[in-house]
Amino acid sequence: MARHLSLTVNGRAREDAVEHNLLLIDYLRSHRGLTGTKRGCDGGECGACTVLIDGEPRLACLTLAANCDGRAVETIESQNQHGTLSALQRAFHEKLGTQCGFCTPGMIMAAAALLRRNPRPSEAEIREGLGGNLCRCTGYVKIIEAVREAAR
Amino acid sequence: MIAGKATPLVDGIEKVTGRARYTGDLGLSALCGEILRSPHAHAEIVRIDASRARALPGVRAVLTGADCAVAYGILPIAHNEYPLARERVRYWGEPVAAVAAEDEATAQAALELIEVEYRPLPAYFEPKDALAGDTLLHADKPRNVEREVEQSFGDVSAGFAAADLVREVSFHYAEVTHAQMEPDAALAEYDAERGTLTLQSVTQVPYYVHLTLAQCLEMSPSAIRIVKPFVGGGFGHRTECLNFEIIAALLARAARGAVRIELSREQTFVMHHGRPQTDIRLKIGLRKNGEITAVEADCVQRGGAYAGYGIVTILYAGALLHALYRVPAARYHGVRVYTNTPPCGPMRGHGSVDMRHAFESLLDSMAQELQLDAFALRRANLISAPYRAMNDLQVNSCGLGECLEKIEAASRWRERKGRMPSGRGLGMACSHYVSGAAKPVHWTGEPHATVNLRLDFDGSITLLTGAADIGQGSSTLLAMVAAEVLGVGLERIRVIAADSALTPKDNGSYSSRVSYMGGNAALAAAREMKKVLDGAGGSTFEEKVRNALKDTGPITTSGTYTVPPELQGGKFRGAGVGPSPAFSYAAQVVEVAVDEDTGEIHVEKIWVAQDCGFAINPLAVEGQIQGAVWMGMGQALGEATRYEPPHGLPSRANFLDYRFPTIADSPPIETFIVEAHDPHGPFGAKEASEGALAGFLPAFTNAVADAVGIRAHQLPLTADALFEALRKRRRAEKLKAA
Repeated sequence: MARHLSLTVNGRAREDAVEHNLLLIDYLRSHRGLTGTKRGCDGGECGACTVLIDGEPRLACLTLAANCDGRAVETIESQNQHGTLSALQRAFHEKLGTQCGFCTPGMIMAAAALLRRNPRPSEAEIREGLGGNLCRCTGYVKIIEAVREAAR
Repeated sequence: MIAGKATPLVDGIEKVTGRARYTGDLGLSALCGEILRSPHAHAEIVRIDASRARALPGVRAVLTGADCAVAYGILPIAHNEYPLARERVRYWGEPVAAVAAEDEATAQAALELIEVEYRPLPAYFEPKDALAGDTLLHADKPRNVEREVEQSFGDVSAGFAAADLVREVSFHYAEVTHAQMEPDAALAEYDAERGTLTLQSVTQVPYYVHLTLAQCLEMSPSAIRIVKPFVGGGFGHRTECLNFEIIAALLARAARGAVRIELSREQTFVMHHGRPQTDIRLKIGLRKNGEITAVEADCVQRGGAYAGYGIVTILYAGALLHALYRVPAARYHGVRVYTNTPPCGPMRGHGSVDMRHAFESLLDSMAQELQLDAFALRRANLISAPYRAMNDLQVNSCGLGECLEKIEAASRWRERKGRMPSGRGLGMACSHYVSGAAKPVHWTGEPHATVNLRLDFDGSITLLTGAADIGQGSSTLLAMVAAEVLGVGLERIRVIAADSALTPKDNGSYSSRVSYMGGNAALAAAREMKKVLDGAGGSTFEEKVRNALKDTGPITTSGTYTVPPELQGGKFRGAGVGPSPAFSYAAQVVEVAVDEDTGEIHVEKIWVAQDCGFAINPLAVEGQIQGAVWMGMGQALGEATRYEPPHGLPSRANFLDYRFPTIADSPPIETFIVEAHDPHGPFGAKEASEGALAGFLPAFTNAVADAVGIRAHQLPLTADALFEALRKRRRAEKLKAA
């Protein structure tokens, strides 16, 4: 059953008809072509699909698109403004907070939510804020350095 | 100077912006491929009827084992797997049939319409049962033994006789898997008009995928193109052609179009090809001063249902007993057993990791008995390069001594060891690894690596390589090598990697071969290009380019690397596994805190030093070392797969039950780069991404032994396991007191 969906995605107003059971991750990837949001697991385990909904970090694989009606969704594609990397993107790039890059969009979005809440997080707060985002490459050392650098 | 300077990845911007396209991001409008999988661990396929699935509207192709009769496997001597099972299934989840349909719902509905009748067979989940069982997984493999290895070097009996202390311990290691963040996926496009096929996939080894597709589809390799998009990690999982890649290609050809297969996380776990469950019995002889006199090891690996790299894994476990320390005599007996579990394969530190834990763990307890410091014992056995090991591994550079100095000082070992508060402990261990296998899997006589450089009128330089960047930063490294030689900025170099239509063949990203072999090929290509430019004359780079192109037009140079014969190892049976042009060395100290009431173990800090010859990109080297020891930490602390009898259902095929450390569980890792220049490495470089992994496991259990006096002979060492050990000890103490 299709239903009407009206939301903003990365600042742009969108109107769509979507199936009532369509997941936000599939809406973003298939309907909007925003493939930066990654699917790394079978549901809610890895954090690779972390997006912001009304500024809060949420897993797009556990969210129905229909539940985003009237809300603002931000994905990794919103971080880069007018061709300039965000402070987090720059820090993840320069400090090697990314290796294979697959967890990176979710990691950066979770970090963005953290820095909005808490612009100067301690190391312990960074570990807590990113606790739901798995990375298999880095051992997290350079991810922590990247978030600290971006918060500087 | 570019080489030696910390440099962000040349493809890093794509990764942080979400613009990087991985296989799963491609071909979203292609047909959907789905795979029907075996619900049994071992069964005969009596009958398959796919007629109802074929008749379903929206279904474009349905395939079964009848559609591909060509067996494949990574080793030319061990082809015993089919992309879709024929006659028999040998593990739960093995592909039996496949469907391409217009959408996922139709594909799923079609799978349910395929009728398969099975006759269950006895299934073996443990090597001892498979060895003793009446049923053979493969008719030509008696006792279900894939390969039995016997190797002996030096006079082992005399070595033990000369020892002041001989000890023997048995160890058990759970099976672990790569769990790279990107689930498996492939996109196959068949051009029915031309009869050509393009496959984009998550592979680490596009060349081997190319060979296998040509073989299984019985197509000319010239009609196949393999493209590697961004790849979300590998760690060995993708080091051979995998069944879903062949199935996607077969489906695309049958459907005469494009087919996309995306595996779920559970299916990616079942794809496995990881580190086997391993049992080791190890005996070491030492003199009072710590010198090793002899080593004897038995190793049984639970290989899973098909051959894969199994023979290589069982050989590596024996070969890398050597070349870390001076080992004057060693006997090795290895058995690789077929079982009804998903096939194992290479995983970071291939073959060496469990054996290294056993070795360093036993050394630690023997040092204690001899009242020797753990560092002193290692120093008593250091290699001084050049050194040829008993099994003909040639070591031309070794910085292990300096690694020891770095971590001993940084961890304040001398001040703190033996003086830690209750429940705290320090442990150390060493490890090493190859910089590429000296003998490639497919021996064609061609160079081991080739890199092309193209220079055109615009003055840009395009570096063409078949090496697969899977996140480790190989494209960046090759660009840095070329830029360094040519004296140009990195921005002038564009890397095109791993597209068989454009890039020269490369054996791929495994056994840590790319820095050394690809690096040397890039070095040669760049030197050739520099010769041309210098010969052309001119005061600026642009002027040199104009002059150089005047008569010839655009220029392409080619550089190759081949491992010299003296570094290719010995002549005995199995000698092809182990030799490498260069070995990396690592040492680490781990500090743990143990809660003696709950058994909970927290890794407080890791100090690790690795000799990588020369760090072409120190930023990436640090990242690789940190990632490697952390991956070792996952195996030590909690990772373990599990298959439930009688059907072999995997009960930990997700990230909640297969637990690797989160950012909250992960310690600070202080990294030291040691540079014992290798005489033949590019600028002296060797590998940096595997060598440090194996050392974590023993350094960790040695630290736990230091903290609470319990030595783990079984990994993972979970809180539950340690709690049980502590409880047992307390009870024994109470009984003794009473």
